[in-house]
Amino acid sequence: MITKIIEFIENFLSSGVPMSAYLIVGLIMFFAGVYGFVTRKNLIMVLISIELILNAADLNFAVFNRYLYPEQTEGFFFTLFAIAVSACEAAVAIAIIINIYRNLNNIDVEKLETLKEPDETYREIIRS
Amino acid sequence: MHYTLFILILPLLSFVVLGLMDTRWKARTAGTVGTCVLATVALLSYFTAFSYFFGGHREGGYSAEIAMNFEWLRFTSPTEGNLGGLHIDLGILLDPISVMMLVVITTVSLMVHIYSLGYMKGEKGFERYYAFLSLFTFSMLGLVVATNIFQMYIFWELVGVSSYLLIGFYYTKPEAVAASKKAFIVTRFADLGFLIGILLLSFYTGTFDFQTLTSDNAGVFAGAAGATFMGASVLSWAMALIFIGGAGKSAMFPLHIWLPDAMEGPTPVSALIHAATMVVAGVYLVARLFPVYVVYTPEVLNGVAYVGAFTALFSAVIACVQTDIKRVLAFSTISQIGFMMVGLGVSKMGGHDGLGYMSSMFHLFTHAMFKALLFLGAGSIIHAVHSNEMSKMGGLRKYMPLTHWTFLIACLAIAGIPPFSGFFSKDEILTATLEFSPYLGIWMSLTAGLTAFYMFRLYYNIFWNRAYKIEHNHTPHESPLAMTLPLMFLAAVTCAAGFIPFGNFVTNDGQHYHSHLEMNVALASVAVALIAIGLATFMYFKENPLPEKLAKTFSGLHRAASHRFYVDEIYLFITKKIIFKRISKPVAWFDRKAIDASMNGMANFVQAKYQQVRPFQSGRVQQYAIVMIFGALILAGIIILFVR
Repeated sequence: MITKIIEFIENFLSSGVPMSAYLIVGLIMFFAGVYGFVTRKNLIMVLISIELILNAADLNFAVFNRYLYPEQTEGFFFTLFAIAVSACEAAVAIAIIINIYRNLNNIDVEKLETLKEPDETYREIIRS
Repeated sequence: MHYTLFILILPLLSFVVLGLMDTRWKARTAGTVGTCVLATVALLSYFTAFSYFFGGHREGGYSAEIAMNFEWLRFTSPTEGNLGGLHIDLGILLDPISVMMLVVITTVSLMVHIYSLGYMKGEKGFERYYAFLSLFTFSMLGLVVATNIFQMYIFWELVGVSSYLLIGFYYTKPEAVAASKKAFIVTRFADLGFLIGILLLSFYTGTFDFQTLTSDNAGVFAGAAGATFMGASVLSWAMALIFIGGAGKSAMFPLHIWLPDAMEGPTPVSALIHAATMVVAGVYLVARLFPVYVVYTPEVLNGVAYVGAFTALFSAVIACVQTDIKRVLAFSTISQIGFMMVGLGVSKMGGHDGLGYMSSMFHLFTHAMFKALLFLGAGSIIHAVHSNEMSKMGGLRKYMPLTHWTFLIACLAIAGIPPFSGFFSKDEILTATLEFSPYLGIWMSLTAGLTAFYMFRLYYNIFWNRAYKIEHNHTPHESPLAMTLPLMFLAAVTCAAGFIPFGNFVTNDGQHYHSHLEMNVALASVAVALIAIGLATFMYFKENPLPEKLAKTFSGLHRAASHRFYVDEIYLFITKKIIFKRISKPVAWFDRKAIDASMNGMANFVQAKYQQVRPFQSGRVQQYAIVMIFGALILAGIIILFVR
């Protein structure tokens, strides 16, 4: 039993990490991000989830480039580019979130409704 | 003669500046500016008149002169046979009647401007008042110098608007608001006829231009020859419709109902608009198109005469029983305009036959002066007594000597007593009427007698009759100089104007005509006037039960006359009971229940559906994300499973 495991690890290490392992990690990261995006109420957590999704995508770019077209570098560059973009986006998003918090003392996505029209009163206004 | 343009531009500028400044200027500044501008305009008009009438090389009579003209709108391009195409111009036409009207309008307007400095002092909206006066003066001047019938129509409407604004000057008073609406709607209604008339005329003649229409060029009317509609020629219809427009503005029966109500406006406005200038616009219109009337549609011209004659007597009778002094003057105005219409209606072209035309214009001139004087005098009295009712007056001659004397002069003038101006003009109208038809002449003489009677009834009731009852320690006193100065000036004009050899200046063919007094007619009319004045003196000089008794004896007639022969009631009946109830209501019902309801139904349907769709658009990003992800998954699944 133990010898079998050692054998597997030896094989594994000698043949390098298979592509599917990276893809599985990327997949888990992506769905963890989606799950967080949908379920979290705190805006910061939502933002972190989005970062997770982005990183999962970046990982996929890098892996596909490395395994399928090792003589080219577009995937890596795209990854770098996406990282830069997501950094900017995070900065902007955090600025917005801080401002929301300053104004409303609250960053719960469910409770940020000030821009939403009130339900029944709106109909009243239309009628009158 | 390009400087004549300033006669129009200055009042317009004054209106714009005063209107924009409104209360930013002190009332006094606004009044002074308005009056100064008007004084300049008056001087310019006098200069224009002087250089037109006495400016040399005029021995062969006066011809029309285009001071300036500018093509504004072109409808059809010039081709052979339609005289340069149909186009609307804006320009200035100087001919004897327009120059005379320039003088009349600017004189009366200037007097009213000066008078208002005193009369309207301390009123709220003083600046607005002067702005409107300027607007009115501008539009009226534009009307008289119009080179074509369409320009006249434009200014005709402008005059109507400024009249509306000024009648409704006291816009917090419901009566004033109602009166302004009534005046506007009634005249607008008549203007519809005018517009249709213009369209008909221009369609068949291919021109709007007065000079082309009134020249001896028969070719212009060739297009209208033979065209008939319902038994009358199209040209007759057109001219009759144009006369309806004029009748509306000039308060001819049955479109006169707005004028008595228009007295709700400030009194100087009544003097300017509803006595001297705007209400004679209809007379001016007929005079302007007189050559067309007399040559092509004499039957319409006869109609003008009969309408005028009926209106004259009708309103004279009403004036005899009214108790509001401004209403008396209003009906008297209607009656006198009737005289002018008769004068035009009985006239022919040229020389002695054109006496009616000349006398009508002469009467327009003298009437403007003495009627403005009467109204301004009435304003002075109202200013002192704070009431329009005769019963609140009486015995005022001691308190207001200047007003008394000027009022007396005006009364004598309108009654037709020599040597005051009204005598000469009225006498010439009567002469022309008698030559046209003896019956009409007698009818008009009777009206002239009634005129003398009601004017002196008014005069005695205001200034004599009974001692003035002083209430709340308020003694009536003479008005300030700003008000008495115009009175004196107009009284002087009234005394002198009769001696103007009017026939030398204004005739319908431009030739000089030396009118002379027709002794028989003059004596007869003076006798009639004197008898009427005597009767009035007998009845109203002292307190006297006779008028009461007469009113009881003829109670039916008296009641009918004091209700203005129920013409207003008939109008109300027609509009309220027939038009509103039988036509407007079903139409309104259809509008509300059919047209509006279908539109509302569509809106309600969409709204109901949207309520159902609405929860989908919750505004929650996370919810959207779930839907999006599952959608993407399903799509991916479909593609993987079924698309090869």
